[in-house]
Amino acid sequence: MEGRPPSRPLHSTLDAFTDRYADRTAGMTASEIRALFAVASRPEVVSLAGGMPYTTALPLDAVGKLMSDLMATRGAQALQYSSGQGDPQLRELICEVMSLEGVIASPDDVVVTVGSQQALDLVTRVFCNPGDVVLAEAPSYVGALGTFAAYQAEVVHVQMDADGLVPEALREAIATVQASGKTAKFLYTIPNFHNPAGVSLAEPRRDEVLAICQEAGLLVLEDNPYGLLGFDGPPTQAIRARAELDDVVYLGSFSKTFAPGLRVGWVLAPHAVREKLVLASEATVLCPPQLNQLVVVDYLTTQDWRGQVEVFKDIYRERRDAMLDALTQLMPEGTTWTKPTGGFYVWLTLPEGLDSKVMQPRALSARIAYVPGIGFYADGQGGRDMRLSYCFPEPERIREGVRRLAGVLEQELELLETFGPTTQPIRLGHAQAETPSPDMA
Amino acid sequence: MTYLILAGGLSHERDVSLRSGRRCADALRAAGHDVEVCDADSSLLARLSETPYDAVLIALHGGAGEDGALRQVLELTGVPYVGSTPDACRAAWDKPTAKATAVAAGLSTPESVTLPHATFRELGATAVLDRIVAHLGLPLMVKPARGGSALGCTAVDKPDELPAAMVQCFSYGEAALIEQLVVGTEVAVTVLDGAGATGDGGARALPAVEVHALSGVYDYTARYTAGQTEYFAPARLSSAVAAEVSRVAVAAHQALGLRDLSRADLIVDASGVVQLLEVNVAPGMTETSLLPMAVEADGLELGAVLGELLERAARR
Repeated sequence: MEGRPPSRPLHSTLDAFTDRYADRTAGMTASEIRALFAVASRPEVVSLAGGMPYTTALPLDAVGKLMSDLMATRGAQALQYSSGQGDPQLRELICEVMSLEGVIASPDDVVVTVGSQQALDLVTRVFCNPGDVVLAEAPSYVGALGTFAAYQAEVVHVQMDADGLVPEALREAIATVQASGKTAKFLYTIPNFHNPAGVSLAEPRRDEVLAICQEAGLLVLEDNPYGLLGFDGPPTQAIRARAELDDVVYLGSFSKTFAPGLRVGWVLAPHAVREKLVLASEATVLCPPQLNQLVVVDYLTTQDWRGQVEVFKDIYRERRDAMLDALTQLMPEGTTWTKPTGGFYVWLTLPEGLDSKVMQPRALSARIAYVPGIGFYADGQGGRDMRLSYCFPEPERIREGVRRLAGVLEQELELLETFGPTTQPIRLGHAQAETPSPDMA
Repeated sequence: MTYLILAGGLSHERDVSLRSGRRCADALRAAGHDVEVCDADSSLLARLSETPYDAVLIALHGGAGEDGALRQVLELTGVPYVGSTPDACRAAWDKPTAKATAVAAGLSTPESVTLPHATFRELGATAVLDRIVAHLGLPLMVKPARGGSALGCTAVDKPDELPAAMVQCFSYGEAALIEQLVVGTEVAVTVLDGAGATGDGGARALPAVEVHALSGVYDYTARYTAGQTEYFAPARLSSAVAAEVSRVAVAAHQALGLRDLSRADLIVDASGVVQLLEVNVAPGMTETSLLPMAVEADGLELGAVLGELLERAARR
């Protein structure tokens, strides 16, 4: 059969839609970084990369029973559509949850969403035209950066330090954006136990940040999924609790206090905004899942959910301690890291000259996974940084993971000594492509 | 007949391997075969003991899937598998060894040097890199001596880009292969031993698949994102050059002692010389991979080809 004409010649890019995609899909390509995370799911690998809550600690038998009871008593309702704004009883309970952080709100101003990620999407959709500016902390939550990119908003990062967002840097960023003739639509901020930075906005700064935004006519988008997971004392008063009604849109979630698999979050917004969010949500998902909303209602009303939050806090505190102790013992000179007082994450900065993205393959060969810092910036910063999460692995695994990371750094420092400081080319794409998928431990 | 596809593994190419495994399973099931897919992990040997699989298809890329180690273990278990023997894999997997074998067989391959990090550390990186550039010239391609999917590969146009390329490369492995970068038509040629229409047992080249990365570099993104690379099968080559790329691919397959299937990555340079870059013993089988395209361009079905290879392996 040699030399016969091929039966099915091919001339293709394998994508018939190349010329038809919207501009916002630019950069949605296969990523070497994301592909490398595939091995992190293997048990041989200590993963400090993902941000999965430790749902094993939930009272699973009790949750199973309440789900069974729900189906037996209100099954038809649970399997029906809900209102676009969300279940009324759940919205009342959400207001009770928010009151723990000082937020006084009406259930009428709450919109239940499919996780707070959908709330981020809705708020950005409602406020941002392509080219509008969003101010966000440096670094910022990768899921938010993905949403901002999807709406073609330009992210301007604002410096943080150990006390969170730096007010003076915020003033400068606002002035720079104004001078450029662009429109900044909102400041996106995670004031408590920041993902990925692991720091919190200090109490005195909260009023100052709010005042700066008020003065500039800038809306604050306060994202607070970790606020109840502080290890030292009661929760800090939310920015929303200090503000006039029109100053802040507040995002909350049951993903960290209960279960991320239910995908139940919410947005609290000024009345006029809320009306638009409801319509936008109906156009997206029609309504949040009724079954999941009622599971949350029954969990909040029949279980000691605040006691369970204490259980989570004890677990995460022990793991945070394990990570910080191991880092102190094992990291080479020149390495620095944040000291979180709650939440899931430590933000680590490598000795000068090292690059967390470049060393990722070596780390995975050593069976340790982390998220390179570049994924948490929209502008290519973060090369020296990485996010380490302590929420999922047991303390002993965390210690082993840090030990492996130390070995990787030692080898990378040898390379640095051999070849000197090098500059790796930066290719800007969708930040989400540089980080693991949500189901990764 | 029940076959087992191994996919996943712990190499840097796990994600690609999982996709290859799924594609092979779909193709084999569509062709009426009974197949299971599993990872190469600590449960594998128990599984092989408990279930009498007739043959194994290795869709593991990189590391144990291609360096012969897993095949050595399969030999110990007595379970037949599709593909090359451990010894042949070792030779093909190590790029400098494969290139030396190809040269000994009279084939052309870009001139290169392979050095471990230790050499640069002991002799001084600048001095060694200067010698390399003086000897090989520019542009260069820096790649891990072992590995695939273009991971850790960097094209270097200027001497001051070399240190960064070396650092990137050494993150993937202990040795770096620094090779003259050949500009030309990039093609991949799949070689099958007697599968498909011929059935005569001899090695046969399928139509060459030409790749033209729209970004200019056939890197990981170009390889695995539909729409980023233009493919031509058969390649846009004259009949004489097409015959030559087939000859080179078959000659490399035979020189390395490979079995059942392989894929040679080649470049036809500006003067029409066919340069061998590397030979893959576990080629990619994903939706954007080149072996399945060659199979289709030849008028064959992937499931039928793999089924035939598995049946032949089962008879060994």
